[in-house]
Amino acid sequence: MEWFSRNLPYLLAGISVGGQYALIAIGYTMVYGILRLINFAHGDIFMVAGLIMIYASTVMPMYISIPLVLVATVVIGFLVERVAYKPLRSAPRMSIMISAIGVSYLLQNLALYITGGLAQQYPAIPWISDTITVLGATTKRVTVITPFLTIILVIALVALIKYTKIGMAMRAASKDFETSQLMGIKINSVISMTFIIGSFLAAVGSLLFFTNYTGVTPTVGAMPGLKAFVAAVFGGIGSIPGAVIGAFIIGICENIIKGMGWTTFSDAFTFALLIVILIAKPTGLFGEKSTDKV
Amino acid sequence: MSNILEVKDLSVSYGGIKAVKNISFQVPKGEIVTLIGANGAGKSSTLRSIVGLVKPKTGNIKLNGKEIAGKTPEQIVSQGITLVPEGRRVFADLTVLENLKIGAYMRKDSLEEDINWCYDLFPRLKERNWQLAGTLSGGEQQMLAIARALMSRPDIIMMDEPSLGLAPIVVKGVFDIIREINKQGKTILLVEQNANMALRAAHHGYVMETGTITLSGTGEELASNESVKAAYLGKNKKNNAVR
Repeated sequence: MEWFSRNLPYLLAGISVGGQYALIAIGYTMVYGILRLINFAHGDIFMVAGLIMIYASTVMPMYISIPLVLVATVVIGFLVERVAYKPLRSAPRMSIMISAIGVSYLLQNLALYITGGLAQQYPAIPWISDTITVLGATTKRVTVITPFLTIILVIALVALIKYTKIGMAMRAASKDFETSQLMGIKINSVISMTFIIGSFLAAVGSLLFFTNYTGVTPTVGAMPGLKAFVAAVFGGIGSIPGAVIGAFIIGICENIIKGMGWTTFSDAFTFALLIVILIAKPTGLFGEKSTDKV
Repeated sequence: MSNILEVKDLSVSYGGIKAVKNISFQVPKGEIVTLIGANGAGKSSTLRSIVGLVKPKTGNIKLNGKEIAGKTPEQIVSQGITLVPEGRRVFADLTVLENLKIGAYMRKDSLEEDINWCYDLFPRLKERNWQLAGTLSGGEQQMLAIARALMSRPDIIMMDEPSLGLAPIVVKGVFDIIREINKQGKTILLVEQNANMALRAAHHGYVMETGTITLSGTGEELASNESVKAAYLGKNKKNNAVR
């Protein structure tokens, strides 16, 4: 019992961080599903969402700046795809990947230019930043909200993909561009939609994530981005439930390891896990089996 | 008789290699027209350029009198033409019903009537309504690909080798369906290597060789043409004598 109460804060933090990773990981996995592209700029979109929040909250009230962050992040995600990826649609996959790395550095350096490289103070969002007590553990309300919000958003997303027309088009396009075009599906709108959803979820993730941290620096997106990517690979890249489960596992393990006093190794654990997964089950937990039946 | 599709001086090339060289042909309303020829004759390239998957190098393609050459596939299919692609290409991860629904992606009206019509044409699909398309047999997938194309209510359906890789008995079924759909008023442009079956079904045929049209005539005329017989129907005079 004592062990439980000692570890509960870490478990709670783990579930919460897992939810935040999940929201980022969905962006990776969906874009990969449709374009077979690892969108390296995704972590930086997450960082940019944090910066927009900081600058927006200094000049306008919270109830305007939060929707603004969501909208602006979506617009940036959409523009990145249109400007950096769409012109390379028929280029070899390596070119578009390098373009993604380029966008990643572009966003980081733009952020460096704008912030001057100093960590910017993230505003406290009322209500979700409040301190509460759960089963004797003191934490912020955001810790408890995150997993529920994540699960609600994931269910909504899965329903969108399974039951709506655009969702059906996304599933079709992720398998076969050419035949989808023959059905009259506008491939470019479907791809844009994927980036819009991914960026929206990353923006929600950033609101939740940065509430627990004090500052946003230009490179702050790299680590959560990388871990979300590992989560997506762990769950089987291309699979949304896989990414979510992978993210929760990574978030919880990481924090349990911190709780055991091995904070220094928590990041190393994530990447060790990646190596083990790639060796033992390269397609991840729910990865598509490659069936090349004609 | 009015032509639903008119192709004039169409050329297609892939990086300098000319796959289709200045071909012209027409598809009259309500008929089955077939393009036959060997591998690499440019049949598939012709269909793919009509529907916009490949941009034609030169030429005019008129659908119901409107120029469609050079437009995107979405724009072209919205004008009432569709292609049943080579190798069926059903969406393996979607159910049979979803495959039909996605065939009608551009439509906004009720689909129920058309789905029922497709199920009447292909009772096997109705039985397998909830199955993933990838679990169907080759023949069933071909039926599904045709049904999916019908769902967009096209004026003309193009089919690229619907008999490919199917057992003879299934091939016969596919051609029965093609005739049936035609009887119900759909115009069909059929590309086939199975010249025998295609010419028997078609009102009109064209023979393609290395990117050009070398012969044309009614299905019966071509089927009885000596050079066609020798090249595509496997009936060589000498061999016949021996047999």
